[in-house]
Amino acid sequence: MKMGKQTNIMPEGSTSARSGYQLLVIGTGMAGMAAAFFAAQRGISVVQVGRTGGIVFASGLLDLMLVHPIEERILWENPWTAIDAVVHDIPRHPYSKLGRQDIRDSIEEFLAFLRSAGLPYRFSENRNSSVMTPLGTVKNTYGVPETMWGGVETLRSKPPCLLVDFHGLKDFSARQIASVLAGHWQGLRSVRIPFPDPAYRHEVSTGEITARSLAISENMERLAASIKPHLGDARAVGLPAICGMESPQRIVAELSVLIGVPVFEIPTLPVSVPGLRLMQTFERELPRKGGRHLFDSNVLKVSCKTKGDFLADIGNDSPQQSIGAKGIILATGRFLSRGLYADRNRIRETLFDLPVHQPETRASWHRHDFFDPRGHLANRAGLEVDDAFRPLDHSGQPAHKYLFAAGSILAHQDWMRMKCGSGLAIATAYGAVKAFVELNG
Amino acid sequence: MALFWCSSISFGSAGFEKIQLDSQQREIPLLRTEVRSYMDVQVLIIGGGATGAGLARDLTLRGVQCTLLEQADMNSGASGANHGLLHSGARYVYTDPTTAKECREEAQLLKRLAPHCVEETGGLFVAVAGDDEKYISEFPSLCTQSGIPVHPVDVEEALQLEPSLSDKTIAVYKVEDATVDPFKLTLENIAQAEKLGCNLLRYTKVVGFDISGRRIRSARLLDTRTGEESRLEPDIVVSTAGAWAKEVAALAGILLCTLYCKGSMLVTSQRMSRHVINRLRPPSDGDILVPGGTVSILGTTSLRINSLDRIFPTVEEVDLMIAEGTSMLPALATTRYVRAYAGVRPLVGSHADARDQDVSRGFAIMDHRLDGIDNFVSVTGGKLTTYRLMAEKAADLVCDRLRISAPCPTRTDPLPDTLAGRWTEPGRTAKEWVRNHEPDDALLCDCEMVPTSSIDSIVDAIRNRAGKLDLMQIGQRSRLGKGSCQGTFCAVRLANRMVDFGDLDGESCLEAIKAFQQERWKGQHPILWGKQIAPAELKEGLYCGLLGVEL
Repeated sequence: MKMGKQTNIMPEGSTSARSGYQLLVIGTGMAGMAAAFFAAQRGISVVQVGRTGGIVFASGLLDLMLVHPIEERILWENPWTAIDAVVHDIPRHPYSKLGRQDIRDSIEEFLAFLRSAGLPYRFSENRNSSVMTPLGTVKNTYGVPETMWGGVETLRSKPPCLLVDFHGLKDFSARQIASVLAGHWQGLRSVRIPFPDPAYRHEVSTGEITARSLAISENMERLAASIKPHLGDARAVGLPAICGMESPQRIVAELSVLIGVPVFEIPTLPVSVPGLRLMQTFERELPRKGGRHLFDSNVLKVSCKTKGDFLADIGNDSPQQSIGAKGIILATGRFLSRGLYADRNRIRETLFDLPVHQPETRASWHRHDFFDPRGHLANRAGLEVDDAFRPLDHSGQPAHKYLFAAGSILAHQDWMRMKCGSGLAIATAYGAVKAFVELNG
Repeated sequence: MALFWCSSISFGSAGFEKIQLDSQQREIPLLRTEVRSYMDVQVLIIGGGATGAGLARDLTLRGVQCTLLEQADMNSGASGANHGLLHSGARYVYTDPTTAKECREEAQLLKRLAPHCVEETGGLFVAVAGDDEKYISEFPSLCTQSGIPVHPVDVEEALQLEPSLSDKTIAVYKVEDATVDPFKLTLENIAQAEKLGCNLLRYTKVVGFDISGRRIRSARLLDTRTGEESRLEPDIVVSTAGAWAKEVAALAGILLCTLYCKGSMLVTSQRMSRHVINRLRPPSDGDILVPGGTVSILGTTSLRINSLDRIFPTVEEVDLMIAEGTSMLPALATTRYVRAYAGVRPLVGSHADARDQDVSRGFAIMDHRLDGIDNFVSVTGGKLTTYRLMAEKAADLVCDRLRISAPCPTRTDPLPDTLAGRWTEPGRTAKEWVRNHEPDDALLCDCEMVPTSSIDSIVDAIRNRAGKLDLMQIGQRSRLGKGSCQGTFCAVRLANRMVDFGDLDGESCLEAIKAFQQERWKGQHPILWGKQIAPAELKEGLYCGLLGVEL
């Protein structure tokens, strides 16, 4: 079947269709990217497979831990002590499978990599920082893209500030943000101006096209010229996070010079440009570290070869090539990214049909109130793993010696309510790679 | 209690109890806030569903001055939570021939007088292997006895008409079922009434009656949004409060013994059939599938409830309906459902031990003279199909009491086609937008293709009524939030637009978004499997994970 196509999709420089890797990472969210990076960094031959569309949902903010216990809505200033509390109170939480130092090391290594790759993050030592959201709520998080850090400082000291949005821009209203925050922030104003690129005068969406458009000098100058008359006493200017794709901190710095006051970015709803920037950084950097990615394909099926290695069928709708690997890190995420699937009766893992920890019946998956502070039990469903992040089979033993899982597919966590998504992804990916290295000898 | 009109008299006065209250208990509590105004009006109608709106229209057409009170928004009770089925009457030929005949007459009237609210889909009654042979064989003669046109259809032919029908189909009859847009219907009724001078007070509830000398002298009203109180001095009070009739009557010291019955329904993501499909058996759970625009609605269940608080469809009801519906259309087992919803029917004349589907779907107009109040009437029970008849009978009583002799106009006058209900039909905005949209007119809702302009016109219409805006009102008047993203994005867009216009400030905008999402969630949480669970996860990821609005 489709032999011609099979050869076509082989990326240049690949060794052979059945090339053997040490590690196959399945999934392209934060956990998959982190796992591929950690593996490549350790000299492991690694290939990462999966479609990348989901990254537009990543805000670019790096949560470690904020809320615990969620039903009491207790917010922690220090994410590390919050993690300690979670580890103490929820022994099966994925963070509990890791030592405190491992978690710290994983975040440190991840952020150091992003900095070296031209996407620097900022954070306060041992504390969560406050960022304004597109709805005007305040989000407390740990790692903040350099381009948004001005917003953290501005929100803290509340000088006169101008928030800017564009005519026809969907899902982002500077007026909304200012209206919510103005109660505690005199001197916060908003203005709506035409998007500097006349091609998008009627309708503007956040995304790669508008981000690239704003990186063009001419448009930056037009933008600055439109903002300046509204500046007044403002000592900072906030823009939706669409200031360029590559080196956004340079664009933000240039805009700051042109406008005359510091400019910062505010996270947006999807399409999230900071998420796209993360993806493109990994896409660029992984091959440089010796890893490989197949971002336009999915893993359709995995089988075990006789000597114990995995053989994965890769393709879109039908298999187009096979990849052999000694180990697999499953970072396929939850329902949105199709790592989990629910029929009317139960929640399943989609690739290996691994046992999924879940409530007894569908009636207990979701609560009657969407914002119920206890969260929904379906969100704590997922894979149970041993201390080496290996999913367990029905007998409670690792399903395979070299099959690992990382990220949001893991059970006993509610990243959306605890606000620990990125940290969990990075730390468990680190843990899985570390376990693979140790088991592999 | 005098029963002025009862459509199917299957009960005696035992169904309703009268309680004696001493004068102490009838005393009106002290007003907490200053009384704003006194207004004279001939008729105060309490309850803005189809019946209340129909009554307001009927009375104003007869020259009677009315005020219509609605504690929330129009159709927020059972009138907004039903199949939208315009019954041919065939469903009731076995259990309730009187209702069957009323349905037949009223459906024929509505098709003629309000064609813009009706889609003449036709209906099929379908029996599958294992269904009661006796019922199947008696069905056509029962229809004929009630004057309901019925035609047998060859099974092969039926499968060509409706290819989704089960291959276990054994008998099919065609009847004149149709569908009606309940929102459009109510909004058109109230639009004409308002034009003729009826005063509509939404988000206003009656909190007490001032009673002396066997009469309600005044009604105390509360604006549920501002907390302002006012007072109205009507000649006659008519309660069309549906499931809330008991609470309204209690304010006058009258105990109405009505039963509440919750019915849940399921909306499919695509239209499953051209016709209304009924199971050819005595009425039961999950045996009607009603097409509406681009979707179909499967229903219903029937559960006795004791309280009107927290009405929502459950996982168990959803599974029951799918299991039953699948017998008629196997595709119902695997199709995508976009939401569920529940309504509460008040049942009249029912006995505690009767099966709810067996009891009368008829209505009763209760003159509370015998309860000691001469100018108070309650209208309960009934069906959407017979809303006009209920309104007519209630209006007859009111006019008799007011010594006004005017013939009922709604039996002959067409219901005007105005713009009030223009955007509720599934798929309609999409068609209009594609046909003629301005370059500036971006889509506010991508899933259902609702353009910003159509929302603006709805916002304007609400604003012109001096109403306070919230997202749910707009959701009710449009397809907004009913698409595959489950309102995740359009709620933010809509709220942002209302902040832009100054209708909401930032904080109230957050509250409005939360309320909107919670309302939508009621209909989503029981159907979260398959493709539906991913958008729910995305919604929570954004609203809780990123925005932290739950904190």
